[in-house]
Amino acid sequence: MGTVFSFDVRGGDPEAVRAALREAVDGLHRVNEVFTTYRDDSQVSRLARGELTVEECDPLVAEVLALGAEAERTSDGWFSTRYEGRLDPTGIVKGWAAERAARRMAESGASGVSVNGGGDVQLLGVPGPQRPWRVGVSDPLRPGGLAAVISAAGASELAVATSGTAERGAHIVDPRTGRSAVTDLVAVTVVAPQLTWADCWATAAFAMGSREALGWLESLPEVEALLITAGDEVRCTGGLAARLG
Amino acid sequence: MHALKKNRPLRRIVLASAATVSGMVMLLSLKPHSTPAAAVAVPAPTSSSSSSGGSSGSGGSTGSGGSTGSTTGTKTVTGDTVQTRWGPVQVRITLKNGKLTEVTAIAYPTDNPRDQEINSYALPRLRGEALETQSADIDTVSGATYTSDGYRQSLQSALDSAGG
Repeated sequence: MGTVFSFDVRGGDPEAVRAALREAVDGLHRVNEVFTTYRDDSQVSRLARGELTVEECDPLVAEVLALGAEAERTSDGWFSTRYEGRLDPTGIVKGWAAERAARRMAESGASGVSVNGGGDVQLLGVPGPQRPWRVGVSDPLRPGGLAAVISAAGASELAVATSGTAERGAHIVDPRTGRSAVTDLVAVTVVAPQLTWADCWATAAFAMGSREALGWLESLPEVEALLITAGDEVRCTGGLAARLG
Repeated sequence: MHALKKNRPLRRIVLASAATVSGMVMLLSLKPHSTPAAAVAVPAPTSSSSSSGGSSGSGGSTGSGGSTGSTTGTKTVTGDTVQTRWGPVQVRITLKNGKLTEVTAIAYPTDNPRDQEINSYALPRLRGEALETQSADIDTVSGATYTSDGYRQSLQSALDSAGG
């Protein structure tokens, strides 16, 4: 996946947490091996060429493809697991894998878990008594600065995912044209309970552009969002204010 | 601090220089799409805070962070040397009572004048980012960070060695 995953784990039995961390990291390497499109011999590359069936792949592939299909339906096709007509579930794998790793850590008995997968974050539990997890949202137009701070206060699980052009250039493709998304947005941050969906919705909303995205994001239950346009306007869903820390 | 910063004029000025930074980040980046990903060895975690490179394109992370000093007072930690296609990148951090107070790049590409020009501009910016982010009382950051992958990986390994 060409990205860095960071774990911040609080509480729990140190031995159990350490064992879970090894499992979670092994799990990420396994996911990378199965899903990478950078290697021609990964299962997903071979599936895309028709050399393997879904049934012959790791069961995780079927799980991810089902989630991808659901994301495509919910986003009316703005999120897609195909690129240039070819199977490419990369857009859903990173968020899903980070959420999966976070849940593995929570199962080990940790009281607070934060997993950051390349700028997309899944939070579970709390980092300490009387203190919620706090996530800075990088300001796409001011390097090193924060556009907002999201607090997970009152939520046992919360995810923050950001899609944008700032760090990796125009890497979001409009599934309808197959070209780089033409959008007035430079970044979309989605806040939702599960990172799998937050990541998908941020990608889809980015491709939609601010006007359509804001209305669509408002229609999704338990989803809040912060949109920053190339014109330096900040737009939020109605309930985001309650999450700003 | 306002939850939403709306510093328009500053942002516009920085936008121009941001384009320059993006160019620099491309130069230091580890993700050429054409080359196969190399697996990165993950050291056995030694504390409950750890990081893992899923894969790092043409680069690999080598060495391990070493730390000196105790958990209170001043502590200096050296991050992994991260190989990028333009040369090795390595950072050293200083913590005072658990707070990040200094980030220094102790290895970075210097093979040609262009490298030197880029690094003289980029490294102070990356350092400023690491320090500013932690001053906001936040646990982590979502979204683009303008940090080159090599720098970020070395910084992360140093923070991990420091025990989070």
